[in-house]
Amino acid sequence: MQERSALELWPASASSVAVEADYLILAFTVLTLLLTVPVFLAISYFAVRYREGVDADRDTSNQRSFLIEISWMLIPFLLTLIFFVWGARIFVESKNPPPDAMTVEAIGRQWMWKYQHPTGQSEINDLHVPIDQPIHIRLTSQDVIHAFYLPALRIQMGVVPGRTTDLWFKANRTGTYRLYCSEYCGTDHSLMGGNLTIMTQGEYQEWLTHSGAQQSAPAAGRALYESYGCASCHDPGATVKAPRLAGLYGSQVELEGGRKIVADEEYLRARILNPNENRLAAGYKQIMPSFAGVIPADDLARIVDYLKAYHSTEGEARP
Amino acid sequence: MTAGSIDAGLSGRDPHTPESTLDRPRDYLHAQSTLRSWFLTTDHKRIAILYLTSITLFFIIGAVAAGVVRLALVVPNGAILNNDNYNKAFTLHGVVMVWFFLIPSIPATFGNFLIPLMIGAKDLAFPKLNLTSWYIFMAGALFTMISVVLGGIDTGWTFYAPLSTAFSNTWVLPALIGVTIVGFSSILTGLNFVVTIHTMRAPGMTWFRLPIFVWTHYATSLIFLLATPVITVALILLVAERAFHVGVFDPAYGGDPVLFQHLFWFYSHPAVYIMVLPGMGVISEIVPAFAQKKLFGYKFVAYAAIGLASVTFFVWGHHMFVNGQSDLASLVFSGLSFAVAVPSAVKVYNWTATIHKGSLRLDTPMLYAMGYIGLFVLGGLTGLFLATLAINQHIHATYFVVAHFHYIMVGGTVLAFLGGLHFWWPKFTGRMYNESWGRVSALLIFIGFNVTFFPQFILGYLGMPRRYATYPAEFQLLNVLSSAGATILAAGYIFPMLYLVYSIWWGRRAPGNPWQAKGLEWETTSPPPTLNFITPPKVPNQPYDYPIKVTETGGTPA
Repeated sequence: MQERSALELWPASASSVAVEADYLILAFTVLTLLLTVPVFLAISYFAVRYREGVDADRDTSNQRSFLIEISWMLIPFLLTLIFFVWGARIFVESKNPPPDAMTVEAIGRQWMWKYQHPTGQSEINDLHVPIDQPIHIRLTSQDVIHAFYLPALRIQMGVVPGRTTDLWFKANRTGTYRLYCSEYCGTDHSLMGGNLTIMTQGEYQEWLTHSGAQQSAPAAGRALYESYGCASCHDPGATVKAPRLAGLYGSQVELEGGRKIVADEEYLRARILNPNENRLAAGYKQIMPSFAGVIPADDLARIVDYLKAYHSTEGEARP
Repeated sequence: MTAGSIDAGLSGRDPHTPESTLDRPRDYLHAQSTLRSWFLTTDHKRIAILYLTSITLFFIIGAVAAGVVRLALVVPNGAILNNDNYNKAFTLHGVVMVWFFLIPSIPATFGNFLIPLMIGAKDLAFPKLNLTSWYIFMAGALFTMISVVLGGIDTGWTFYAPLSTAFSNTWVLPALIGVTIVGFSSILTGLNFVVTIHTMRAPGMTWFRLPIFVWTHYATSLIFLLATPVITVALILLVAERAFHVGVFDPAYGGDPVLFQHLFWFYSHPAVYIMVLPGMGVISEIVPAFAQKKLFGYKFVAYAAIGLASVTFFVWGHHMFVNGQSDLASLVFSGLSFAVAVPSAVKVYNWTATIHKGSLRLDTPMLYAMGYIGLFVLGGLTGLFLATLAINQHIHATYFVVAHFHYIMVGGTVLAFLGGLHFWWPKFTGRMYNESWGRVSALLIFIGFNVTFFPQFILGYLGMPRRYATYPAEFQLLNVLSSAGATILAAGYIFPMLYLVYSIWWGRRAPGNPWQAKGLEWETTSPPPTLNFITPPKVPNQPYDYPIKVTETGGTPA
């Protein structure tokens, strides 16, 4: 992501819908000013003009209140209805994805996003999509309610457990933009986000073929490592007494009973899936649950990749 | 009334012992002085003071939590508070401010104190029930505080399932049970007000001679009665699901999480008007008094209160445009939400027209009222932004929402509360506060509020989600500005607490009607005697019978 300054007053927009939403907001702001500034000015002016003791015309016999009442009830209301119609039109369009849309499946869980592209590639937190192509994202949650928010496209959608929700967009500007969870979902709600990268068609095809290499694998693995709860026991500062995993890969581990083993990929994998099988590190109690059937194969591969790259200096700071 | 007869200049302290004569009973504050006479009182005025003290306490707790939140957000990386503690701080702020300050704020204090006075009654219809309401309120609120003492809750004040029922590891149950209990206090208060307003009006006090304050409290009481049972049921279902895994909302047990949002907002949107309507009532009393002019469009303003209380029951779905609700439902709820603009505009334009050609005194209550009108207008119109579907898709659950509802609840309710507190303070305590200090506090709060919350509109438009313990660095400057404003706002809150408390002992003694205001509450002494009026009042006049009249034509004789 490009460098951001501490203050930005205009959010980036990456689709024609986003540009129209901005016009809508701008026009509504103008109407708001038209409706409020006269009231503010009138109150201030009256407060000075009709101060107690100031000589002023206080004859109220010509005030016809019924007509005035009806007009200030209805005129602002009718003016704002223009915005109801305009906003509703954009909303209805945004609810009906075109038939040629490319469908990406997205799953939210505490506290990460996982996407699957139509060609089978999957990624964590960061999402890569092509430009000028309608993208239809089908969302669901594995735990609590989340919301998928793409401010550069001016859209968001709730991600609800037990049902599927949809969101679609057609980006017209490449770049890297922010992506958030916008429905409060627990402790690390504010960390549940990533980058939305909008690429040209060619770049996207390139990315698909090298998806594993192009995505920052350790970052994805770290997100999974936290999401499956590994970090809450194995990270420095955890209250549970569990072995630290930084620098574990490739080192020699002394197991309960004195046997020594090199922590290779096979060991890491087996230890996660079936921790009870005579692989307890010396000096620790057997409290880790089995993750067999809990972690799908692709997630497990990412976690193992992350552990392989997890050196003792890393892992203290969150990515 | 006795102020003129006593030489207040003899010493700094002005001991308040009004002479007790045969025809003048002692005032309600001095009638009895034992603790028992306060905690077992059935006098609506003393119960109002009990409420005032307790909600001030909860306001302080909620404000400290807000200060902690603003402090933490000075840095983007969560270096001051970790995520868990940040979430607990904003939840505490929301729970305490909404349930234990805003909802009881004006009705339980001013409503309790003033409704019998304004309609010329000796007390509310059910004085013992009134005291019971206070005990229920305290029991529920303190029960909720158990969860804070044990370690806090992190669900947000909205308690969305299944986060609150299955995933939060914090002390959710005591908070849910406590808030459920507090709901019964609201229901009983509403019941008491409705019966009182129907049956205990003085001779001549017809419905269209009632002050707008009474009309808005009548409307509020209807919401208390009709909406509160729904949140009670919803919260009990949350307790059942969390404690006994009764599947209602969690799909893991066959429930539906969107159902909870429907039930929650079916109460919590009308609850916004529990907070807003009484404030409108306060402003409708202050503005005519300080303009010395009859309220413009009295009947329209009265009907607008009932209109708001009715429309508010049909707009709850606008909280759920992007939460999986059907598209048709979203369209209908969006359109209905725009209709709220009609009665709201009636109120604002009528206040402005009341000021026109009045004879204005810009004393503290009036300054608060003018601040209220400005902030309420901005809060209301930004509500229409949020009701616009395509805009909502962008700014839903961002800081725009946070700014919007703080303009309504702080800019609206809290300013009306403080304006009313300054307006009726002489009536409550029999003392005047220092007028210059009052004006300074009104100005400080207005400036501090805008510096705190206006930047949050921009943050929301830029796309900063709410309830974020950490945030991207490009949002830092506006967050620092907002936190800086919060320090001014804090000074503006602390200052009135100091000089108002000071005035209880050292303030000038208040006459019966220091503002030359109209209304029965100003026809009795300050403070009033236990049974409110020395001679039973009669009401021969139209409401707001101020020197400057409004000629109403066109078929609506007031």
